[in-house]
Amino acid sequence: MFQWFFVSPAERRLLGASSRRAPTPWVIAIMSFTIMLIAATGLALANTAHVLSRGIQSRYALESPGGGTNIQRLVATLRSTDGISAVSAVPEAEMRRTLEKWLGPEAQSTELPVPALINFDAAPRANLNALEERARAIAPGSRVIAQKESVAPLLQSLNLLQIVSLGLVFLLSAAAAAAVVLAARGALDSHRFTIEVMHGVGATDLQVTHLFQRKIAIDACIGSVAGGAAAALVLLLLAGGAAFAGELTGGATLGLGDLIILAMLPLLLTVLATWVGRVAVLRALREAL
Amino acid sequence: MASFRSLPKAHNNALGEEVAAVAEFDSVGLRYGTGAEVLRDLDFRLRTGAFYFLTGPSGAGKTSLLKLLYLAQRPTRGRIRLFGEELSEAPREALPPFRRRIGVVFQDFRLVRHLSAFDNVALPLRVAGVKEEEVEGPVREMLAWVGLADRASARPPTLSGGEQQRVAIARAVINRPELLVADEPTGNVDAEMANRLMGLFTALNRLGTTVVVATHDMGLITATPGAQLIRLENGTLDDPTGALKNPPRPPRSAS
Repeated sequence: MFQWFFVSPAERRLLGASSRRAPTPWVIAIMSFTIMLIAATGLALANTAHVLSRGIQSRYALESPGGGTNIQRLVATLRSTDGISAVSAVPEAEMRRTLEKWLGPEAQSTELPVPALINFDAAPRANLNALEERARAIAPGSRVIAQKESVAPLLQSLNLLQIVSLGLVFLLSAAAAAAVVLAARGALDSHRFTIEVMHGVGATDLQVTHLFQRKIAIDACIGSVAGGAAAALVLLLLAGGAAFAGELTGGATLGLGDLIILAMLPLLLTVLATWVGRVAVLRALREAL
Repeated sequence: MASFRSLPKAHNNALGEEVAAVAEFDSVGLRYGTGAEVLRDLDFRLRTGAFYFLTGPSGAGKTSLLKLLYLAQRPTRGRIRLFGEELSEAPREALPPFRRRIGVVFQDFRLVRHLSAFDNVALPLRVAGVKEEEVEGPVREMLAWVGLADRASARPPTLSGGEQQRVAIARAVINRPELLVADEPTGNVDAEMANRLMGLFTALNRLGTTVVVATHDMGLITATPGAQLIRLENGTLDDPTGALKNPPRPPRSAS
C-alpha cells in the first residue's frame, strides 16, 4: 500500500534537488497551524456550551416583585415542595450591586423597588406550575423562570461559533488541498521534460505519480507536523488562561478526546494532501499521450 | 491488454507466404492541430529483423513518422499496428509495455540534465523494474562500448554533443529493444564514432532488432549492406517498387 513511499535513491534522483525549494511545506504548515487553533477553539466552545447547558438544565429562579417582604415564606414553600433542592435567596444588597452597573448609585435608593430572587434546582418530577400558583398566593405576580431560557441566546451563539469553526476547518483544508494541487501542477511543469523522457522509455503514469506522490507526502508531513507543533505550543501557552476560563464556565477545557482529535489533524491533513496530490498528478498526466 | 484489438503478429505477402511485421501502417495520416497533414496515406510494413533507412528532404515528415513509430504521437487517421497489436486507438495505459520494446535515439538527445550519464542510460532498465543490483553491470558495459566508461558520473551539460549522442544511443539500446528508432544518430559524432555506432546498430539488427534510422547521410546508407530505403517526400511515401508494402519474404529455413 505504501510501496510508493519507499522508492530507491536512483528514483529519487529523477526529480533532482531543485524541487526541494518549493514553498509547499510552508503553506501546509500555516494551514495546519490555523486549522489546529480553530479546531481547538471549536472544541473548547463545544465543551463550554455543554458544561453551561448541563449546569443550568435544572436551574430555576423564582422572581417576586414584592421584594424581600415575603421572601422567608417563599423560601419555606420552595423547600417544602417535592423535587426542589438547593434553594438560595439572592440577598437584596447583591441585587442592588448588580443593578448599580446599569443604573448607577440610584440603584441603592430604597425608593427603587427590587424584586426578590430565589434560585433553586428542580427535579423533572417537580410540578413547577403548582409551585408558581402557591408562590402567587403568597406574593402576587411571582413567576418561575427557567435559567436555560435566559442563556439560550448565548448557547445558540456558542453553537453557531462551533459550526463556523467546523466550516473554517473544512475551508482551510480545502485551501490546503488547492495549494497542493497548484504545487503538484507546478512540479509537473518544472519536470515536464523528465516526465516525457520517462514516458518515452515506457514508464507508466503510476510510476511517474509515485515519485511526485512521495515528494508531496514528505512536504505535507513536514508542513503539517511543524504547523501542528507550533499550534500545540500556542495552546500550551494559552493553557493557563484556558484553565481560568474553564473555572469560570465550570471546568470546560479540552479533554483527552479533544487532544486526540487535535493530534490527529496533522496526520489527516498529510493524508488529504497526499491523496489530492496523487489525483492531481494522475489527472495532469492523462493530458499527455 | 484485452481492451484493444489483438491481431496476428504475422501476415501473408503477395506470394501467400507468412511475413512477420514489426510495424504496419494502414492509410495513416497525421496533422498537428488544424494545420495541413504532415503525413498522408502512409501504407507500408516494416519487416521484423530488417534494417531501414528513412530519408527525404527536410520537412518531409521523417521525425513525425518516427514519432508515430515510437508511440509519441497518434495518427489523426488510419491504423498503426506495432508488434501485431492495433495501437492507433489503444488506451494510453496500454502503451508503456510497447514503448519498453522500442529504443529511441532522439535528434536532440533528450537526456535528463540533472541525471548522470550512468543514470540516463539506466533509466529504461529501472522503468522496466530491473533490480538495482542487475542494473550496474549492463550500464557500465554499454557506457564502455560507446567509449564513455570514464564519464559515467558526468551530467549531460558537461558532456560534448558527441558524448551526449553516445549516451542517448546507449540508453536506447540498453534493454535490447525489438525496434530501434534513431533520428539522425550520427549527426553529432565524428566519422569513426559514426562507424562504431552503425556497427552497434548492425549488431543489434543481426540479433533480431528491427532498426529504422532517419538520416541524410548517403555514405551511411551505402555502407550498410542489406538495408532498405524508405523515402518520404512531402509527407507521402515514395515506394515505387512496392517493397515496403509487400516486404520480401524471409530466407527459407532448411526444413
